[in-house]
Amino acid sequence: MTRDAALPIAVRQLTKSYGTVRVLDAVDLDVHRGEFLTLLGPSGSGKTTLLMMLAGFVRPDCGSITFGEREVIRLEPHKRDVGMVFQNYALFPHMDVAANIAFPLKLRGVDRVETAKRVEQALELVKLGGYGARRIDQLSGGQRQRIALARAIVFEPRILLMDEPLSALDKQLREHMQIELRQLHERLGMTTVYVTHDQREALTMSDRIAVIDQGSIRQIDTPKTIYERPNNRFVAEFIGESTFVKVDVTSSGCTFNGTPLSLAAQPPQTGPHYLMIRPERLAILQRDPADDVNVLPAIVTAAIYQGDSVLVHASLSDGTMVSVRASASSQAPLVGAHLNLGLNATDTYLLPPEEGVQ
Amino acid sequence: MEWLGRAATDTQITHGRRLWLYVLAGLILLFLVLPTVIVIPMSFSESQYLEFPPQEWSLRWYRNYFNSTAWMQATATSFKAGILTMIFATIMGTMAAYGLHNARIRFSGLIFGILLTPIIVPVILVGIGVFYVYVKIKLVNSMIGIVLAHSMLAIPIVMMVVSSALKSFDMNQELVARSLGASRVRAFFIVTLPQIRFSVVSGAILAFLTSFDEVIVSLFVSGGHNSTLTRNMFNALRDQIDPTIAAISTLVVILTSFLLAISQIFGKKTDQ
Amino acid sequence: MSHVAGPNADNLRRDALIERLALFSLTGPALLLVATVMLVPVGWLFWLSFLNDAGGFSPEHYLRMLSQPSYERAFRATFEISFTTTAICILLGYPLAYVLSQLPRRAANICMIAVMLPFWTSLLVRTYAWLVLLQRQGIINTWGIKLGLWDAPLALVHNLNGTLIGMVHIMLPFLVLPVYASMRAIDADYLKAAANLGASPTRAFWLVFLPLSLPGLLAGALIVFILCLGFYVTPAVLGGGKITMVANRIATDIELFFNWGAASSLGVVLFILTVMILYVASRLVRLERLLGGGDA
Repeated sequence: MTRDAALPIAVRQLTKSYGTVRVLDAVDLDVHRGEFLTLLGPSGSGKTTLLMMLAGFVRPDCGSITFGEREVIRLEPHKRDVGMVFQNYALFPHMDVAANIAFPLKLRGVDRVETAKRVEQALELVKLGGYGARRIDQLSGGQRQRIALARAIVFEPRILLMDEPLSALDKQLREHMQIELRQLHERLGMTTVYVTHDQREALTMSDRIAVIDQGSIRQIDTPKTIYERPNNRFVAEFIGESTFVKVDVTSSGCTFNGTPLSLAAQPPQTGPHYLMIRPERLAILQRDPADDVNVLPAIVTAAIYQGDSVLVHASLSDGTMVSVRASASSQAPLVGAHLNLGLNATDTYLLPPEEGVQ
Repeated sequence: MEWLGRAATDTQITHGRRLWLYVLAGLILLFLVLPTVIVIPMSFSESQYLEFPPQEWSLRWYRNYFNSTAWMQATATSFKAGILTMIFATIMGTMAAYGLHNARIRFSGLIFGILLTPIIVPVILVGIGVFYVYVKIKLVNSMIGIVLAHSMLAIPIVMMVVSSALKSFDMNQELVARSLGASRVRAFFIVTLPQIRFSVVSGAILAFLTSFDEVIVSLFVSGGHNSTLTRNMFNALRDQIDPTIAAISTLVVILTSFLLAISQIFGKKTDQ
Repeated sequence: MSHVAGPNADNLRRDALIERLALFSLTGPALLLVATVMLVPVGWLFWLSFLNDAGGFSPEHYLRMLSQPSYERAFRATFEISFTTTAICILLGYPLAYVLSQLPRRAANICMIAVMLPFWTSLLVRTYAWLVLLQRQGIINTWGIKLGLWDAPLALVHNLNGTLIGMVHIMLPFLVLPVYASMRAIDADYLKAAANLGASPTRAFWLVFLPLSLPGLLAGALIVFILCLGFYVTPAVLGGGKITMVANRIATDIELFFNWGAASSLGVVLFILTVMILYVASRLVRLERLLGGGDA
């Protein structure tokens, strides 16, 4: 399948309330043809509900969903022609692996020879060739996940939906599967909507990430943009670690607690702003820094050995707590010691006050 | 005998000190099982007083039973009613259990309660009530009347058995089947039903037994050509202790045990 | 439901309603059957109980119930027999359930078959078995005399004794099952803690195990009591006509006297009693959970 055969998805004004709880709030979303889009958010954010609506299992109160040219909002699930992988795989235990994968083909009236061929092809794609005769209870978690995937793609759907498919796997297997899924997507090219609460997973696999909270999409962007330029505090705190400190912007520059800061770019407004500090962008300065490195004095409150590094907690001049990692080989700083933390001007990122509020 | 010195529970009380308890429990178990089982050898006793152990063995009571047109007709009636009840109650009960399990209506608790009333209302009340209505619509002594009443009594049991099976069934499988292209109805028949079929069979067997063993409603509602076995047995019991009933009882116990064994075997399979 | 305005709102609402109705209609046949064969007749009986012979509305059947001693006797007999049966079932059923709950699973399952077999065997067959066993020439009397336990055959059947024996036999599984289930659910750690804190095995049982098993016992006892209230077959067969419980009275009112008014009013009272006890039971069981605090 080529990318051209994949379908774009357009979601408009999708709303759903259960009683007084608004689960989805007039959501608008565009998924590009052949794109891998991740819906990322905490539990209860509405991401799974949105996915279920795309599949047709949950009926919204109002809204529109189109696959390509076709309005599907009132279409029953079995007519939508989308592939779906559930969190618990939901393989049919009373059928063997081949029968599970052949299921959608049989429903579509594909003849026996063709079915067998395509089942084997799907098994090869997920690197489980020859497993057709196995019973479901003989498979490991990772294998079941792949069979569920094979079943979802064997009938060449033009849209693939996945609901936290890797969350039941252990860490190593999960990271391995993330790469495999991504490669599979590259190969097959179908439009994929992926739901997860794991931000690292989202950053690894997606073309774009849509961050959802309490029924609204807070930001949709590429992983790099989402990480480096979050629009608001929620996104900034949900993805990666961050600390926010209050700074004051004037027409001439920017100050933190009286100390002047060099910024990457002059913000459009003046007044109070929030500076986002990512721990990995801080460095413990040993000597005088270069010109465009901001110096933030801090006092160490804790230094915790973690094997590959030392996690240092320190308090800035205005009392805000930050954490920074020091290499385990150098001398670990003592509690109470005074440090200079360096932040490159190019690594500074400001949020306007209303977006910086929790 | 050293077993007597071993601890029975975590509180370290020994089996020896609790021996009286085991004996008591054994006696009570015997009390439960013996009467049911002892009828079997007694039914082969030649004497009218059904001795145990039988001094003379004979099949005369069985011959009595099989040669009597009244008993045979009653047996046929009971089987017919039982099988029809099994079919109707199982289908309606399973449909109801599935519908209530999947529909998110506010009243589903209430409806479940209504469908359980046949168990709560005293059977004598149901018996005379149904009799009263049947007299008015001329359904007394008819097979339809019997089957309708028995099905109503059996539905709660089927519903409870199938409901609990559905609760432990992973509905996601039905959702997956639908996402793969199966309509709701097809998904139920291809995916869900095969996996709850053991509970459905269990429920069906219990529905049959409910009808076959039912006494009170059948007393009022069956009669004439369509008198059930239980009705005939009850009337015979009130008059005198007819030993033929021992033979019938034996056959009933064997039938019940056989059906229960089947349902247990089926039941075990769901615990996968 | 809040009025949502947006694309497709009306159609989606209609779709949701249709789907709910379709699923609900699956319960339709069962509901229809229960409504017509149960609710209508029983409702009719309620109605009948308030009609006098002329067809006018009157409480005379209920008043007669209060004044005539024969009704009072039937109620008294019913309650006495029900209480006695329940008490005996508790005395026999609790130890049995206890021993079963302490057995390893497989042995317990085998023994449970011994409990379930009578449970599912025809009521009539079991009643008949007692009839045969308890009669004057029955084996209990024959062996009792042979072993020298008594001289003349005892009147064990066609009286209260026979009725009680029969009813206990029928009801015992109804008590054993819930008690067994609640005992199995008791966490063994509680007893370990009791022993560790200084309780002897006997005290551990009385102070810890018994209270925790009470909810199941209560449930079983109530089930047995309610079933006894409405019982008909066993008193009719084993009582020899001398035992008249409420259900027997109702039946004779119909069969012999065609007195629908009397029978239906009795039935209504029986029904209300049953419901009341069930209601009290449901409150008590919840109360036990709060007080007993068995499961966290």
